[in-house]
Amino acid sequence: MSALAALIRRDIRIALRVGGGALIGVLFFLTVTVLMPFAVGPDLALLSRLGPAILWLGALLASLLTLDRLFAADHEDGSLDLIVMSRTPLELACAAKALAHWIAAGLPLIIATPVLGLLLNLDGTATLAVAATLLAGTPALTFTGMIGAALAVTLHRGGLLLAVLVLPLSIPVLIFGVAASQAAISGPLLFGTPFSILCALSLASLVIGPFAAAASLRHGLD
Amino acid sequence: MRLSGRNLKCVRGGREVFAGLDLSATAGEALAVTGPNGAGKTSLLRVLAGLLVPAEGMVALDGGDAELSLPEQAHYLGHRDALKPALSVAENLSFWREFLGGETEDAGRCLAAVALDHAAHLPAAYLSAGQRRRLSIARLLSVRRPVWLLDEPTSALDAAGQALFVGLMRDHLASGGLIVAATHLPLGIDARDLRMGGAA
Repeated sequence: MSALAALIRRDIRIALRVGGGALIGVLFFLTVTVLMPFAVGPDLALLSRLGPAILWLGALLASLLTLDRLFAADHEDGSLDLIVMSRTPLELACAAKALAHWIAAGLPLIIATPVLGLLLNLDGTATLAVAATLLAGTPALTFTGMIGAALAVTLHRGGLLLAVLVLPLSIPVLIFGVAASQAAISGPLLFGTPFSILCALSLASLVIGPFAAAASLRHGLD
Repeated sequence: MRLSGRNLKCVRGGREVFAGLDLSATAGEALAVTGPNGAGKTSLLRVLAGLLVPAEGMVALDGGDAELSLPEQAHYLGHRDALKPALSVAENLSFWREFLGGETEDAGRCLAAVALDHAAHLPAAYLSAGQRRRLSIARLLSVRRPVWLLDEPTSALDAAGQALFVGLMRDHLASGGLIVAATHLPLGIDARDLRMGGAA
């Protein structure tokens, strides 16, 4: 257990230091969201209708931004070899790394959401709904993205491949995330129905992700 | 304790690197793997470390902890240092100490043993190649593992560092450890030679 805690602590610490990925994701999220009103125009009604979708797309792209380094950095400096050899099961080590990535890169996005909601003319309930769906849905993005990161680990420029591999898998999360936000804002659906499916997607990826990533790491190492 | 490999064959990228290789080493013994570039020294170490699957043959460790596999009882010191430039020397070492687990040694003492204690708070990004190597060696000391798999362990080390490392290897062997080292230079300790053939 202390081994996993050490791994999580190390990854968060690296993400928060100079050159780490934690701040980059938030800045990217901010940039995408700020650009949208300029592209769509100053129609407030339209902005608040598109708001949840824009926030979700921004969060999705921002969480992908640093995901390709999840295993690649450890592979390049040889740490991954030692992690594979260690007494900690590789599945748990993968889960710990994904959790650390979510805490360092996913959680700041959710915290930034209320501020960015203001830019998109979303009222309090609407931002709260988007933040809640992001909280429930971003773990699914990280844990399915981890599979892509593990597959692309030996490629030197795996970032683009990762996006191509992972984005199709994140379509269900996007659909139900935005649907739940819209339901909370305008109805007529109940918020609970798409939100439960979103939670289910996250829970399923929490189970499948570490096993798939560990299997692909074991076969991909050379 | 006895490490043995029987009839090992390794294929990389469709090319046979070595085949029909037998090796054995007992506790307190060092095995120096020598041979020209491309002879498969690193591949052999990675097979022993469980990082490569041999195409044929098997590796076994008898007399170790029956609950643990060979890789779980081994230290691997490869070409790459497994150090994070953003973390300090002490943070790098204490991470591996906590993550690898088992019987651990005080981190400060390990840094002192490789003469890096003065740089404990320096980010690893500022270390020289030799200092990075010393820090990797400190990892071997910080957690006790009976088997050491070393790939060119003395590369980048200065004369004092090499002498220091020879002493550490002697201590490890004296405490019942076992070393397999791939090397071009003499190790400086009594070691049985495992000569690997030229490029096939």
